[in-house]
Amino acid sequence: MDRPPVSRGFKSRRQVSEAARLPPGQYLTTDFPVLSAGPTPEIRVADWKIALQLGGSLLETWTWDEFEALPQTTITVDIHCVTKWTKLNTVWQGVSFDDLLKAVGLSEPPDAFVMAHCDGGYTTNLPVADLVAGKAIIATRYDGLPLAPAHGGPARLLVPHLYFWKSAKWLRRLRFMPRDEPGFWESRGYHNYGDPWREQRYDGD
Amino acid sequence: MTATDAPLQQPKIEWQIGRVLAIVAETSRVKSIILQPSRWSGHWPGQHVDIRLTAEDGYQAERSYSIASPPEEQLLALTVERVEDGEVSPYLLDELRVGDALEFRGPIGRHFIWSQTRGGPICLVAGGTGITPLMAMLRHRKGSRPNIPASLIYSARSLADVVYRDELDTMARRDLNLRLVYALTREHPSDWNGHRGRVNEVLLEEHSFTREQNPTFFVCGPTGFVESISSMLVTLGFDPFTIKTERFGPSRG
Ligand SMILES: Cc1cc2nc3c(=O)[nH]c(=O)nc-3n(C[C@H](O)[C@H](O)[C@H](O)COP(=O)(O)OP(=O)(O)OC[C@H]3O[C@@H](n4cnc5c(N)ncnc54)[C@H](O)[C@@H]3O)c2cc1C
Repeated sequence: MDRPPVSRGFKSRRQVSEAARLPPGQYLTTDFPVLSAGPTPEIRVADWKIALQLGGSLLETWTWDEFEALPQTTITVDIHCVTKWTKLNTVWQGVSFDDLLKAVGLSEPPDAFVMAHCDGGYTTNLPVADLVAGKAIIATRYDGLPLAPAHGGPARLLVPHLYFWKSAKWLRRLRFMPRDEPGFWESRGYHNYGDPWREQRYDGD
Repeated sequence: MTATDAPLQQPKIEWQIGRVLAIVAETSRVKSIILQPSRWSGHWPGQHVDIRLTAEDGYQAERSYSIASPPEEQLLALTVERVEDGEVSPYLLDELRVGDALEFRGPIGRHFIWSQTRGGPICLVAGGTGITPLMAMLRHRKGSRPNIPASLIYSARSLADVVYRDELDTMARRDLNLRLVYALTREHPSDWNGHRGRVNEVLLEEHSFTREQNPTFFVCGPTGFVESISSMLVTLGFDPFTIKTERFGPSRG
């Protein structure tokens, strides 16, 4: 379709002073809505571990205390959910993917793709190129406070330049893989890559 | 393969123009919009569409709305509740007219879906307009295999806020395998002998089948409602994998 029809009588009700920071089809919110496929798991940090995996073997696992002792990164970013909301200037703290690689003595990533595995069985796939060079952290704090369970606590992946479902909640394992495979939402109608600026919401976008 | 190649490339879900065939007032705050798509290859009960409004100056707004009609029907029904100060829902309720063109695309989503081939029992839990995708499931079940055991626990502020009430009551009267339970949170008739107040664990346990029957749950409504219902179901011992959720937006408390 070349040009969408004008919706008679429709006007923007919003003051969009930050329009340039809104990807197509998104609107600004100041709330922090929640999207997940099922119930929010209750995870105690005492029982929590996170792992880095290559093929069939574990490269490393960290307990909560060990993970907290890794170098910390704080970032302020805009986040974009596929259900249409965008939230500006969110502040997160955690361990960068780069620092995680360093911690296991890798100077570069061993494979081109990563599958993030979460409590509740959810998964999401990402190219490694979208995680390195400061593009992603494993976040444990939001706005200076421990991450709430509904928002993915104790730890979630944060890849702010992609739609927010790629920032997998309740992260437990990052698995390197040589070839791309679709994750949970990616095999249920959502786009494989999810770039909000190209409005890659659904299969085929 | 480049990073952005999908392993299984699907065709794009294209925007299309629907014609508004009818607008039905459901309650004082909710209307159903009956749309004639320009093309439609069917949908699963539970899926949604995205609609897109375009202003004179080119400004656009997109929102998601669940499909309330079953796949057996040729027309699409959307059921929209007014969100005060909202950008899109007041437009759909107050400005949109029969005969108008409405841009949309779909069907979307393959997680929060049910069809009779998946069997049952199914336990549906709705908060407010969260009834919409669940209604598509119930209408589909009625038209195909009404013997599949089902229950609907529907939380609304008052009887007057129950959407599709006549249709639901009629459906439940004729169908021994369907259990219908209303929970009225704010107002109830003086002779009301149904549940008063919010859905709680006791009500859920009573109407959600047993763990041995292994029901599948579909919980839909405002975020706070879905969070509380799904965590109660986990507390009651149901497998989190059997609990599917759809959150419509912020909680109104
Ligand atoms: C998958 C999916 C399916 C949906 N299906 C339906 C449906 O079948 N029927 C339906 O009516 N809605 C449905 N929604 C919600 C719908 O997409 C819009 O969010 C809703 O209509 C509000 O849009 P708006 O432009 O009027 O309000 P906005 O301009 O977006 O918001 C105005 C104000 O209201 C608040 N707000 C936004 N949404 C809600 C809400 N749902 N409840 C309370 N406050 C809110 C906002 O935080 C804001 O402060 C669905 C959402 C999703 C993600």
